[in-house]
Amino acid sequence: MSTATTVPGAEFADRRIGLTDHLRHIGALTRRNLMRIKADPESMFDALLMPIIFTLLFVYVFGGAISGTQGAYKQWLIPGLLGTTGMNLAMAVGTGLNADLKTGVMDRFRTLPIGRASVLIGKVVAEACRGLVAYTVLIAFSLVIGLQLKTGITGVLAAVALSLVFGMSLVWISMLLGLTLDNAQAVQGIGMLVLMPLQFGSSIFAPPSTMPGWLRAFTRYNPLSNLADACRHLINGGPVAHSVTMVLLWSVAITAVTAPLAVARFRKVT
Amino acid sequence: MTTQTAPAPNGSGQQASRAPRSHDAGPGNAVEARGIVKHFGATKALDGVDLTVRQGTVLGVLGPNGAGKTTLIRILSTLLKPDAGTAVVGGYDVLRQPRQLRRTIGLTGQYASVDELLSGSENLYLIGRLLDLPAKQAKARAAELLERFSLTEAAGRPAKTYSGGMRRRLDLAASMIGRPRVLYLDEPTTGLDPRTRNEVWEEVQRMVADGATVLLTTQYMEEAEQLATDLTVIDRGQVIANGSVDGLKQQVGGRTLQVRPSHPAELPAMAACLAERGISATVTDTGLLAVPITDDAQLTVVIGVLGGRGFGIAGIDTAVPSLDEVFLALTGRPTAPQTAEEAVR
Repeated sequence: MSTATTVPGAEFADRRIGLTDHLRHIGALTRRNLMRIKADPESMFDALLMPIIFTLLFVYVFGGAISGTQGAYKQWLIPGLLGTTGMNLAMAVGTGLNADLKTGVMDRFRTLPIGRASVLIGKVVAEACRGLVAYTVLIAFSLVIGLQLKTGITGVLAAVALSLVFGMSLVWISMLLGLTLDNAQAVQGIGMLVLMPLQFGSSIFAPPSTMPGWLRAFTRYNPLSNLADACRHLINGGPVAHSVTMVLLWSVAITAVTAPLAVARFRKVT
Repeated sequence: MTTQTAPAPNGSGQQASRAPRSHDAGPGNAVEARGIVKHFGATKALDGVDLTVRQGTVLGVLGPNGAGKTTLIRILSTLLKPDAGTAVVGGYDVLRQPRQLRRTIGLTGQYASVDELLSGSENLYLIGRLLDLPAKQAKARAAELLERFSLTEAAGRPAKTYSGGMRRRLDLAASMIGRPRVLYLDEPTTGLDPRTRNEVWEEVQRMVADGATVLLTTQYMEEAEQLATDLTVIDRGQVIANGSVDGLKQQVGGRTLQVRPSHPAELPAMAACLAERGISATVTDTGLLAVPITDDAQLTVVIGVLGGRGFGIAGIDTAVPSLDEVFLALTGRPTAPQTAEEAVR
């Protein structure tokens, strides 16, 4: 059997890991993460079904009451939900890292001559691919139930891009949780605990103008409100400068604070 | 992939063309660890462990749960940094040359694992790609190892559907993708049923026959005896015995042949008959004749002598000293109770 294939062995041990090697490692790890999604389709539910269920529930059950007409409410709600899709994707990075740590797969990777960051980047790229599916499905579904793209395809693409940028900044928080907490359920649980109030205490579902003063103050400084407003204006037309700038500032600020912590934690744990 | 260095024909000139060795690596030693210390909080997991694995041999590290075996393996495979001490594997320092060292080793254990959602062949292919094999070669190498470990039929199924033995074999295959010069097996048969355990043993023996250097941890004297050339016995983070398997067996007693007589009344006569031939035998409380033996030839002699004198034999069995008996012989006390140490192995 020893002649069937040749393997770069010890004589190449001193070879540096070059850029093409890193890219190949990231490619192989991304492929692995995509295959995991394929092998466990239920993991798509969070990314695909939740926005659709929220859309159906809110548009048809509460929509008339909130906005007067369902048509108007669709234009209000769906852009906001689209915006938070990036956030849900980010959370999956943490649960995935956590699972790899707990099952010993991370140990296997760490005994291989690859850069540690490749494992992480492979996860992020795979989530971005999952996101492509999630955004496509949500947009297609919204068009079917009658969402109007008032600014055309450019507006939607801009909203998706903004959603991804904001999601990227949350990857670091997700990583911190995934590397710190005991199990994937805990990561998901804590994530929900933080995200739920943020989601509902924002302008995603209802205009803050009807809320009591203290809640209105909260929604004003809630980045998810900025994100929802930005996506809404990008898709429906309207002033985008303030909200988009705020989302970008938030993304930079969150990254600046949490990325060093997450990287330090990653180095310590792996 | 265009930067891929053309691999030399397998096995050729590995010694000659190897990168410069560290100065403290003795020739002929694949693994050399000196004074390894590792604390976890107040617990001393390893307290100055020395260990040597000679090129092309199998070193068994024998010890109870919590002795520090896994911590040691994790340090030698760059998964943990020691608090003190040095270790050189395949000529590479664990602390200063981790990248080179990782290319030299393969690890199968309780911890390093396969991806349960991926199929057997996908798992192996992934590792091949991470070891810089071109896609085609990674596929070929995966198929080759799947066949060797009798997993071809299950190659396309997710690893979570595998039986315990199949999983362990996939784990072994995964650690062998890069043709490692040093293979770590961390308790490779713990939790397996006897048949599966034998399968794993056979595979390890084949790898050794192919020239692999193996560092094996185990809780079972029997496993160490089956697979290892040398033994290092550790307890509570310290080496308590060191030497060849045969040497240690003489120190702690080798196998015991147990003969069940057809007529228990003949037991004293049987013992006396063996004594005439210079073979010491004792009669146990359970009505057996116990004869310490050091090799298979002796076993044949004992049975021959008894049979030749016309004694009826109802059954024979051989027993290897248990870890407890080994510890009793080496330290005068039984294995340490499994306490908090277990949690930080």
